[in-house]
Amino acid sequence: MSVQTWTFLFVGLSFSLYLGIAWICRVRDTKGFYVAGGGVPAAANGMATAADWMSAASYISMAGLISTMGYAGGVYLMGWTGGFVLLALLLAPYLRKFGRYTVPDFVGDRFPVRKDRDTDTLWGRIANNPARVIAVFCALFVSFTYVAGQMRGVGVVFSRFLEVDVNTGVVIGMVIVFVYATLGGMKGITWTQVAQYWVLITAFLVPAIAISIKLTGNPIPQAGLGDRLLEGGLPLLEKLDQIQRDLGFSSYTEPFTGGWDKANVFLVALALMTGTAGLPHVIVRFYTVKSPSAARWSGFYALFFIALLYLTAPAISVFARYYMLETLNGATEQKLPQWFKSWEQTGLILWLDDGDGRVRYSAGEDNEIFRRGNLGEAELRRVFTQHQLHVDTEGARGEDGRAKLREIGLTGPDRDIIVLATPEMANLASWIIALVAAGGLAAALSTASGLLLVISSSVAHDLYYRTLAPGASERMRLLVGRGVIGIAVVVAGLFGIYPPGFVSQVVAFAFGLAAASFFPTIVLGIFSRRVGTIPAICGMVTGIGFTAFYIISTVFFDMDLWTFGLVENGINPQGIGAIGMVLNFAVTLILTPITRRPHEEVVALVDSVREPEGLSPAPDIDVAAEH
Amino acid sequence: MNTPNKQQLLQDSLNRYWKSNLRLMAVLLVIWACVGLGCGILFADWLNQYHLFGTGYPLGFWFAQQGAILTFVALILVYAVVMNRLEAKHRREIAKLAEEGAR
Repeated sequence: MSVQTWTFLFVGLSFSLYLGIAWICRVRDTKGFYVAGGGVPAAANGMATAADWMSAASYISMAGLISTMGYAGGVYLMGWTGGFVLLALLLAPYLRKFGRYTVPDFVGDRFPVRKDRDTDTLWGRIANNPARVIAVFCALFVSFTYVAGQMRGVGVVFSRFLEVDVNTGVVIGMVIVFVYATLGGMKGITWTQVAQYWVLITAFLVPAIAISIKLTGNPIPQAGLGDRLLEGGLPLLEKLDQIQRDLGFSSYTEPFTGGWDKANVFLVALALMTGTAGLPHVIVRFYTVKSPSAARWSGFYALFFIALLYLTAPAISVFARYYMLETLNGATEQKLPQWFKSWEQTGLILWLDDGDGRVRYSAGEDNEIFRRGNLGEAELRRVFTQHQLHVDTEGARGEDGRAKLREIGLTGPDRDIIVLATPEMANLASWIIALVAAGGLAAALSTASGLLLVISSSVAHDLYYRTLAPGASERMRLLVGRGVIGIAVVVAGLFGIYPPGFVSQVVAFAFGLAAASFFPTIVLGIFSRRVGTIPAICGMVTGIGFTAFYIISTVFFDMDLWTFGLVENGINPQGIGAIGMVLNFAVTLILTPITRRPHEEVVALVDSVREPEGLSPAPDIDVAAEH
Repeated sequence: MNTPNKQQLLQDSLNRYWKSNLRLMAVLLVIWACVGLGCGILFADWLNQYHLFGTGYPLGFWFAQQGAILTFVALILVYAVVMNRLEAKHRREIAKLAEEGAR
């Protein structure tokens, strides 16, 4: 069977599986809809968290990103895993003990305003709990930013593997997510994510194992990375460093090359870590387990399952990088590998020869490997014909396509090719290549559904039920929850079909914002009994304002990067969340001694989340919602 | 019966539980910072002159791309095991207090 038939088969099978699970897990009450009834086993929640966390970007792009960044790629590996230590130690068990539905729920209940105002009007209720409203908007912003990228990822996988139009792919993805998210809510999402985890991890590991055996003879790719090459016997990393240097790239394992100086690596890693711990769609997963002790185990399982992929990604990066440099350099038209030809059609990799008929992939001006990027069909053809003319007339006429593509920043292959083409590089069977497509879809859909649920619960629970219509009936609330998911799916789909040009840039924004807002506020809310509402709100607003200002003005208005006299190249916008976080902590702690102590009820709430489980009765959510 | 003495004992138990929790967390977070931010980033260039024993990994690079992740998984495992034991112990202690109070 051809790759395409296999792909249709795998995608069809996995989609029916997700829909089947959704039907079995359909729910009838808000507790089932928002937190899966709070009865998910720790290991299952760990898998669901892992699938929720590993997005289309982790799956398709991360290995490629590391492959071109070398050592500095470690910021993503450490940042996106280190955050789970903070989450498991500082947040998860306490938030589970608190036992509500959403992240704004905690922020709102921990930082209320004194209840002496009029609560009969809408404005009265908003003024009564501004912290909740700020938290809702942060949660919505972070989640929408993120979900847009996921829907695009679904479309890209469909178009590359099934030759379906990107937009049709997005619509198919929307329909699938819509069905299982509205039917089963958090319960349906949780169990589909468990299934999606296995699909995506199998699809990621199988090609990695095969290529590891091929290059080093070691069947464990994570260890194969540190092993010796079968050919020549040199350690793989040493050989790669040597090739990289010969071709003018910086050495693969050497830290702090290019723009990635020590301060920037440190700040970006810290921002990603604290941002991870503050992302609402990850935090709410811990509301779904039975108890705080299950939440602790669940944190371990989550990182364990994530680590399986995250330890493999750097191995794939090195294998693919080595393979690519070795097979492409010096190859003639006839000797080019098959994967090169099949991916050349998609524009992920392009070859503009200088006339000698041999490929050269280097860091210098003689590089001949490029990517299409966002170039249109007509423009790309023009570049190629002009380049051919330039070569044929020996520079008298036409235009050097290499100089042109270099100028617009399209040097080197697209980073997505590393994961997408690995199975073909290793000459694997066509069913494995098809499996990678199903894995990419699983990664994108699982993250999208988790985010949609956060959007739904923030709007339907925190805005509608807790702020707009406190008297709403259970049925009405469930209906609003489902309706909001429906609307959010459509909005996310529109983002996928008409991607705003800034999606990739604002992902840094999502992490920065989560790092500067939720993380410090929740940590202080749990670990300090003294921090009151005013300092917390000022801290959040300062953190968000500072981070947003820096990212917006550097990314969109070309403001010069700040150096603070410490960083030579200026602070990478991805790392500014770390400073925003410190500012939030600082503002809150400085204002605390000069503002009022929190109310007795709030201190009792803090005490109760710190107690061992089972000492005081679990809060009844619907009764507790008296304000 | 709810004597002040029993209340006091209960509060002591809760305070000890919270203090041990904070101590454990502090130790684990210090390791987290040393391995992730320290070995993986701040000292990575210096560590790169060594190799992980018996393999081809430069040490700083290994910490940044693999060692830190392995350590993080281990840290959460230790936290889950120790904390859950601690919680069970204090729950028993408190249950015993309640029983004595009832007698």
